[in-house]
Amino acid sequence: MILTAPVARLGQSVLALLAAVGRVALFALQVVSHLFRPPLYPREFLSALVQIGWLSLPVVGLTAIFTGGALALQIYSGGARFNAEAVVPSIVAIGMVRELGPVLGGLMVAARVASSIAAEIGTMKVTEQIDALVTLSTNPVKYLVVPRVLAATLTVPVLVGVGDAIGIAGGWIVGITRLGFNSATYLKNTVDFLEPWDVGSGLVKGAVFGFLVALMGCYHGMTSDRGAQGVGRATKSAVVAASVLILAANYMLTELFFTS
Amino acid sequence: MIDLVDVHKTFGANRVLQGVTLAVPRGQSMVVIGGSGTGKSVLLKCILGLVHPDAGQILIEGQDVTRADREAFLSRFGMLFQGGALFDSLHVWENVAFRLLRGPHRRPKDQARAIALEKLRRVGLNPRVADLYPAELSGGMQKRVGLARAIAADPAIIFFDEPTTGLDPIMSGVINDLIREIVTEMGATAMTITHDMSSVRAIADRVAMLHAGRIQWTGPVHEMDATDDPYVQQFINGRANGPIESLR
Repeated sequence: MILTAPVARLGQSVLALLAAVGRVALFALQVVSHLFRPPLYPREFLSALVQIGWLSLPVVGLTAIFTGGALALQIYSGGARFNAEAVVPSIVAIGMVRELGPVLGGLMVAARVASSIAAEIGTMKVTEQIDALVTLSTNPVKYLVVPRVLAATLTVPVLVGVGDAIGIAGGWIVGITRLGFNSATYLKNTVDFLEPWDVGSGLVKGAVFGFLVALMGCYHGMTSDRGAQGVGRATKSAVVAASVLILAANYMLTELFFTS
Repeated sequence: MIDLVDVHKTFGANRVLQGVTLAVPRGQSMVVIGGSGTGKSVLLKCILGLVHPDAGQILIEGQDVTRADREAFLSRFGMLFQGGALFDSLHVWENVAFRLLRGPHRRPKDQARAIALEKLRRVGLNPRVADLYPAELSGGMQKRVGLARAIAADPAIIFFDEPTTGLDPIMSGVINDLIREIVTEMGATAMTITHDMSSVRAIADRVAMLHAGRIQWTGPVHEMDATDDPYVQQFINGRANGPIESLR
């Protein structure tokens, strides 16, 4: 008994994890199936576009500009060890558009948006607003989840694109003010070394991350337990799950896009 | 009109409904009483399809609700939730007209707003509240807005979940009177769950007492006080001693 107890506990944890994965997968399938079926709720979609896209711009922009600046300093200092300081513009650009722009942008959106979606929908659940929607002949997944998931999937790539540009600008500012680069040369090196797929892959990552962020926020909100503690737990779980999924998806997409 | 036949519902080890059988005739106002945690809300949610019963049948005009077209089925219902359940992000009038702005009852915005204002007037609210948000209203006003929303599409069946919980006695009286007037005026079939005895006396045509997952007693409201059922007597007189166990 003493020997089998830890194995039983491990088994229970694995089963619980698999069940959770199954529930999330079913929820995702349900959401995707509703994406292509009427009715659509344009007002809720527009509101989600503003909440998720427009209002996330400051935090994504600030993250990008400081990351771009710090990246320029790091590459310059590292490159100096083998006389490769000149690669700063191209590495900053590639680093930003392929990895740091999408990942950090996605994580910042996860912190801001997944938490707010989970808290909002979780509160709606515990105050019976979700039940009220059902009694008013409105499908809660269609009304609450689909507009948010669609808005996040469409706006996060735009945020990533803007973040990429701001991050590269951050590197450029540091490059010309602190590292002695010529402005025109810095910009030329940036543009010359970037390929369309570098940017495109980052935008695709952004779309996937946006989908995951909104999905996790909605899923944890819809499955929130009762009370303030339940909503708090749902909010925390949404941010943790969205962040981990972003990092895992980033690895898988990088494997898919950039390895032969 | 509403028939529940041997309905069972269990949550984990908790057997909430253990064979509820109850008939609510058309145009009657049935009030279900019972202590906290006896499954009154679960019963309503089973009828609405928000919770699926483990066994038994729920029939609305002879049609099994689990097999009915859900949208058509729900379009005949109105419900006042315990906490109002108003949508925070929508104006008061949009809450009232929610059903009129979407789905099969959809109509032009101006018309929906006019109906919402009329329903707000019907529940004694000034049309000026129409453009406020629910959070700007008092608890009693929120309940009235919830009531206006429940009757906005002139439903054939209206459910009231603890309509007076959290309200002062005067506001409770106002809400009870409104419910009685509206149900009579609309000729709707009503089902209310409450443990507020003043609500029972104001709203009910018939009363059913839910205890230990079953209907302990049912009958016309005027027979309630005279019944010799010890459970009903203990409950309606609020006695600590009797067959219903109370924690002290």
